[in-house]
Amino acid sequence: MTSIAKPPVRHPGLVRNELGLSVRDYEGSMSTLCAGCGHDSVTAALVQAAWELALPPHRAAKMSGIGCSSKTTAYFMRQSHGFNSVHGRMPSVTTGASAANRDLTYIGISGDGDSLSIGLGQLSHAIRRNVRMLYVIDNNGVYGLTKGQFSASADVGSTSKKGETNVQPPIDPVLLALTLGATFVARSFSGDKAQLVPILKAGLLHNGMALIDVISPCVTFNDHEGSTKSYKFTREHEVEISAADFVPLRREITAPAAEAGVTSVTMHDGSMVRFRQTHDGYDPTSRESAYAHVRACQLRHEVATGLLFIDERGSDMHAMANTVSTPLVDLPYEQLCPGNAALQKLMEKYR
Amino acid sequence: MSGINDFAFRIATVNGTGSASANSLLMQAIFRMGVPVTGKNIFPSNIQGLPTFYEIRVSKDGYTARPPVVDLVVALNPATYARDVALVRPGGYLVYDASWPLDPTLVREGITILGIPFGQLCLEHFVGDRDRTLLRNIVYAGALAALLGIDLDVIARMLTEKFAKKQKLLDANNTAIRLGYDYAKAHCECPLPIHLEPMEATGEFIILDGNTAAALGAVYAGATVGAWYPITPSTSLMEAFKGFCEKFRTDPETGQSRYCIVQAEDELAAAGIAIGAGWAGARAFTNTSGPGISLMQEFIGLAYYTEIPAVFYDVQRTGPATGMPTRTQQGDLLSLAYASHGDTKHIVLFPRDPEDCFRMSVTAFDLAERFQTPVFVASDLDIGMNDWMCRRLTWDDTYRPDRGKVLSADELEGVKKFSRYLDVDGDGIAARSLPGAHPNGAYFVRGSGHDKHGAYTEDSDAYQEVVDRLARKFAGAADVVPGPEIHRQAWADVGIVSLGGCDAAVREAVDQLRERGIAADYMRIRAFPFSAAVKEFLEQYGTVFVVEQNRDAQLRALLTIETGVPRDSMIPVLDYGGMPLTAQVVTMAVANHLTGAHT
Repeated sequence: MTSIAKPPVRHPGLVRNELGLSVRDYEGSMSTLCAGCGHDSVTAALVQAAWELALPPHRAAKMSGIGCSSKTTAYFMRQSHGFNSVHGRMPSVTTGASAANRDLTYIGISGDGDSLSIGLGQLSHAIRRNVRMLYVIDNNGVYGLTKGQFSASADVGSTSKKGETNVQPPIDPVLLALTLGATFVARSFSGDKAQLVPILKAGLLHNGMALIDVISPCVTFNDHEGSTKSYKFTREHEVEISAADFVPLRREITAPAAEAGVTSVTMHDGSMVRFRQTHDGYDPTSRESAYAHVRACQLRHEVATGLLFIDERGSDMHAMANTVSTPLVDLPYEQLCPGNAALQKLMEKYR
Repeated sequence: MSGINDFAFRIATVNGTGSASANSLLMQAIFRMGVPVTGKNIFPSNIQGLPTFYEIRVSKDGYTARPPVVDLVVALNPATYARDVALVRPGGYLVYDASWPLDPTLVREGITILGIPFGQLCLEHFVGDRDRTLLRNIVYAGALAALLGIDLDVIARMLTEKFAKKQKLLDANNTAIRLGYDYAKAHCECPLPIHLEPMEATGEFIILDGNTAAALGAVYAGATVGAWYPITPSTSLMEAFKGFCEKFRTDPETGQSRYCIVQAEDELAAAGIAIGAGWAGARAFTNTSGPGISLMQEFIGLAYYTEIPAVFYDVQRTGPATGMPTRTQQGDLLSLAYASHGDTKHIVLFPRDPEDCFRMSVTAFDLAERFQTPVFVASDLDIGMNDWMCRRLTWDDTYRPDRGKVLSADELEGVKKFSRYLDVDGDGIAARSLPGAHPNGAYFVRGSGHDKHGAYTEDSDAYQEVVDRLARKFAGAADVVPGPEIHRQAWADVGIVSLGGCDAAVREAVDQLRERGIAADYMRIRAFPFSAAVKEFLEQYGTVFVVEQNRDAQLRALLTIETGVPRDSMIPVLDYGGMPLTAQVVTMAVANHLTGAHT
């Protein structure tokens, strides 16, 4: 959140959510990232989103791999379990955790190196499995911890701090996710908290994997002239093609408004995401138009942001596997072991 | 060998032609006659068209190791005639397809050659290439039934069971059996001197392969999450797990599954899934073979250092690299014991047969949770995929899983500061909390350096405190893992040490050596880390032989490193060509060494 440790005292006037928790209760340990790092803004937005949704912190699990982005899972929700695993492998660990306990809210934080290079395969297959989780990519186009190498999301022609020019085409996680059948795809900018928070809230409640690519500038290695992942470049080229409002079930129930330019999508828990169309003809429930718009923006050197695609009718991993609704970790052993009588009957087959 | 209820035969065919079911039929028929029998499927890494062999050993004494030579060969694949005929012991028999003239390659002095026109019989009695090809296998089974005295009623009953709802197939199979049987009866001296006579020695036994048994063990242990990537020879383990789960773990009311199997994108992900599920509190496993173990190294180290339980089945095959995927070996011993970079050590269990695979599966899950660490079950292709005669499996219904030290929500309620890696009990094992249980139990799992509270550290002392405790925890496991099984006899002056699938051959070798006047005590190692009894055994004998199936004497290396017993005090007996071990290899190695030492 900040590089300055906050005092442990809580202001008595802090607003509480339905669980009686203040926003401070959703914070974590002090960030060790560089001052001004975009990732800290993403963390702040996550804290806000989780607080607003009144997520019970201990029912959430924060999952990450390796890199600056992955470190941020320590900087929010200190009452949640966290799992800082191995580089690029967060998706598989989350798959396993979700297989075992489907009732937890999984918050995966990754980066462009973690997800688009070493972990590209794991990301792709977690999308295919539609593991129910929030999957945030803090995307800065650069390897920060190893001091400034290009990542797989660096645009052709962008320059490194040392002056080298990237010549390899970038991997766009949004286009990738749309292609692989992701059921929730969004892009945002760490500097745009007003846009990011509702998207994160919707993502946290999505019935499947919610992939959010967040352009998150690296102030130390990729915030210079020539970078296409800098604050300046992103501010100047960001085009919001759909703005989302998130309407939780418990706060307000409104009939899907027939307002002009507003699309409503009901989440599996009954809450609602409402899109204000900011772009002519944009339909966030159409995979094809989402893909076409993102591509069109790219060709104009614009960064399309907003909740780009959502499909709440898709099946998540457990629906596809037809798993029992009780988390597997909660099944009593008696329901798992067939017992000796069944074994003896089975043995006849092997005689 | 070579007598009534004591012989071996080999069927040489081409893979993908349907011979497997005929071979199983023969083996099972012998088993149902009450005569001890084992089968070894020696198959190619291929779907169709390459040589494949099936060896059946009949042993009234109950020996199950692979025989070094066979008494009879059924040679149906011209591509391997030369090899097949060479395997027949002097005075043995060769059966060939007499639909064509006898190939000169098959002619050999000192053996009896029997021609049966399998192809011709099929051509005359069946219609279509497919039926003729498939039923040729049943025709040779019928001929062998006549030659070897296999009870035709037993076979008829088995066919009726198998094709209960497929009358047309049943009729065709019965016809095929009779064709072979009648032809052999009419044209050969049946039965041959090597033949079967009913016994009552298989009543308490079953025929089972190790992968199926291991899968069944995982079901009974209460495993709910299985993750894998297909690889020979471990694939059938997860397929069996899936089959058993569909049978035993489907909610009777909703039809929903009380398990989750994930076919991952690769072995790295499979390991990650098992570890993620283990962290979340499920009994989880992955099954693989050597190449998969190589890929899983990083995750194994993570689970070791962050202390997360998970079970890894390694059904070993011949390495290195792709190696020979359909041949057996014990080449992963060192890479399992010390898997991953940095200082790591792991619990490894060594099943000797399918029954052990079942039992050790359960033990593996208990140990993994008790010690909060990855546990390996080191099976191999021979154990995993071949048909073994083993004791009927039983289950103790009073068994309950050992979940280890897991703090409940109630226990966490009173905890002020939860320290994940604090050794409260002095046994090197800290209590863990599961995600979702209670806010007081929340902690941050990190593969990076951490102190006893679980916090990030780059401090030398705080780091060392944790890894030293891990070493103590591992040392403590030596007294809990299955100890060695030691077979002693009076006045033994040599010791033999072995493990896993070598056991059958070594026990037979001990008997052979006794007949030669050499008394050898035998220790079968069942787990790593080694208990104190292992070192004691090694130090008791002037000469100790270590029998294993790899080139580099990996078990001996492990014994040297972990017990301090000098390397050169142990004589390696190594067999690593990819075939199941024979007793003769062990007997000859030991006898030759001792003779040499005495001259």
